[in-house]
Amino acid sequence: MIRLRKLARAASLLTTPLAPEDILSLFNPVFSARQLRGVVTRVVPETADSATIFFRPGRGWQAHLAGQWARIGVELDGVRHWRSYSLSAPAGQDPAITVTDMGAVSGALVRGTKPGDVLFLAPPQGDFVLPEHPRPLLMLTAGSGITPVMSMIRTLVPHRPDSDVVLIHTARTAADTIFREELAELADQFPNLRVTHWFTAESGRLDFTSAADLDRLCPDWRQRAAYACGPEGFLNDAEALWEAEAEDAQQAAASSGTLTIERFSASLAGGAGHDGGLVTFEASDREVEADGDTPLLDVGEDAGVLMPSGCRMGICHSCLIPLRAGHVRDLRTNEVHGEPGQLIQTCVSAAAGPVNLDL
Amino acid sequence: MTIVSNKPDLSDADTSGSADTAKVVTVAKTRPGALAETGSPLLRPPAAAHLSDEQVAELGRELDAIKDDILAKRGSADAAYIRRMIKIQRGLELSGRALLLVSKKKPAWIAGTALLSFAKILENMELGHNILHGQWDWMRDPDIHSTTWEWDFVTPARSWQHTHNDLHHRWTNVVGKDNDIGYNLLRMDPDQEWKPFNLGNPLYNALLAPVFEWGIAIYDLELVDYKEGRKSKEALTKDLKALGRKALKQFTKDYAATPAVAMLTGSGKQALYGTLTANAVRNVWAHAVIFCGHFPEGTDTFTEEMVEGETRGDWYVRQMIGSANISGSKFMHLMTGNLSHQIEHHLFPDLPSNRYAEVQPKVQEICKRYGLPYTTGPLLKQVGSTWAKIFKLALPPKKA
Repeated sequence: MIRLRKLARAASLLTTPLAPEDILSLFNPVFSARQLRGVVTRVVPETADSATIFFRPGRGWQAHLAGQWARIGVELDGVRHWRSYSLSAPAGQDPAITVTDMGAVSGALVRGTKPGDVLFLAPPQGDFVLPEHPRPLLMLTAGSGITPVMSMIRTLVPHRPDSDVVLIHTARTAADTIFREELAELADQFPNLRVTHWFTAESGRLDFTSAADLDRLCPDWRQRAAYACGPEGFLNDAEALWEAEAEDAQQAAASSGTLTIERFSASLAGGAGHDGGLVTFEASDREVEADGDTPLLDVGEDAGVLMPSGCRMGICHSCLIPLRAGHVRDLRTNEVHGEPGQLIQTCVSAAAGPVNLDL
Repeated sequence: MTIVSNKPDLSDADTSGSADTAKVVTVAKTRPGALAETGSPLLRPPAAAHLSDEQVAELGRELDAIKDDILAKRGSADAAYIRRMIKIQRGLELSGRALLLVSKKKPAWIAGTALLSFAKILENMELGHNILHGQWDWMRDPDIHSTTWEWDFVTPARSWQHTHNDLHHRWTNVVGKDNDIGYNLLRMDPDQEWKPFNLGNPLYNALLAPVFEWGIAIYDLELVDYKEGRKSKEALTKDLKALGRKALKQFTKDYAATPAVAMLTGSGKQALYGTLTANAVRNVWAHAVIFCGHFPEGTDTFTEEMVEGETRGDWYVRQMIGSANISGSKFMHLMTGNLSHQIEHHLFPDLPSNRYAEVQPKVQEICKRYGLPYTTGPLLKQVGSTWAKIFKLALPPKKA
């Protein structure tokens, strides 16, 4: 490895200002000096609107833990978009994401991806992972929330006969249930996995306002380490139930189970039209209220932040700063846009709702 | 106990919907950069003196519409174009350099030097210049981005972006504000005061052409600003260090590493001549194209009065009458990095270069309709016209 690095440095004498990887990318698309890439090897449809995409990552990827997610960059109409997707493959195997069509980016991934396509990647991360020490587990999942849990079940159940996993999965109908066949096979084959499907089209929502439903589906749920993944409302309800139980248990001086949640962090609400918002310069640790018509460049400078700047009219791109969260309005076109990580021209962008900047 | 693990933006909520509803046409009070929508400069340039404030504002709106049209169309075909160009350029560079490794054989030297020259021209103009302008930033690809790109040219990309994108494009052809008029070396405008030093105008220009990248590198140091106290010593030291590091790398590649590898086949000396020639060819070509951008007969320069109170429409007018195009084939346009569409490039510096050809007839039509000059001509004619000016301005102005 060290010899390889020396070789790369020697080669870069011949390729500067490019890196040797830039030349190698002529022959293999996963080579890049700047960002991790992967080549799609297989696409397997799961339900009518979901698919599993297997890929071979380039150098720099690290093996994922069961339950982790990765940021995936996809190009729509020439423009890079980043989304986070849970890895559904078991730990120790080639990575794969299972994606459900919920918008433009996921839709393009589910319907437009074919073997040989290049995906842009960030290494796997996340703390929604299996406990270090064996414990009886309860998995509560809804819809596509099954994805990280599937990676956990695939990792744990076939290889650890001493494991004890109960999965309660809710989906609209049987046809909408991702991994339904594989879950049935695993449950047949391994007595340490018990699967309960809950179809909301038939039975309504799983009720977390009292412990009744859970008591019926999994009587020993209080003794299990619980994991939940699903939409916001589902997680809030589960969280409330566990908190209530914890209070009761505290009064009775007994112990209660833990609940680990995979939550999709709430994005800043995009203000419509000309609303300003609170602008946060994260690295400078400064916050300032801005109106919807003042360029972020002026807002930052007025707040004493050292802002890169140039022509101040949107042509020279000297003022680009990465957006961390929120939306901005292009003062030239009135277009409201913004994605975490996107570089924005502060001289022609104003806050549209709260905005966090990486500066 | 509840453990919350945050995973950002899996929800994939589309923001485009809200963007559409927000697209109401409103007239901003002032455009950023303090260019007003309406009003007039203290003095309108003579070529545009016949236009009323309303006409200039209308012209501005028409040009905005041309830009918006391209922005709406820009997409995966454009992305594929720049990626294809990058691949072609790297392929040419790799084959050129490989041939120079065996350049003891004459045909290998000729082919290698030609391919490397071609590659360096593409790299400098269609890739470097345009990517560093931010023409491809919209793709959000860190490999093809104005903030990450570095080019095969001695001046560091960041230094050049400041003097070029910011100063030259903002103050195009304003005498006293745009130092690109003569690059502090040549007398390129009659309003620049004549000094005996200027007698050497043609000589300096001829000497500059083959080492043009060094002229640009020194120019980007802004030594005049330093001397006159507008640039701090720290800033100059920083720029000098950056230039030193960059130049060392460039020299090592072309004049040490490549010949050293070629020595294995006994072609070391020939390889050195090859890279020297390729750099000189690129420099002479870039010099010729760039001098055709603002110096041929028919292009105007401006006084500071003419930019005082300038509106957005007036800014557009100044870009058009201060620039000149080069006419020619598709291949010719590619070889100039589409700077043959200098007028269109100055109107819309950050539109992708592959779109300038499409915009060109529309801009020419606008110039015609508003009675504004639109300077264009074949390369040789424009180069000749530029040289004529260089000779003429070497001499002191005739006393009236």
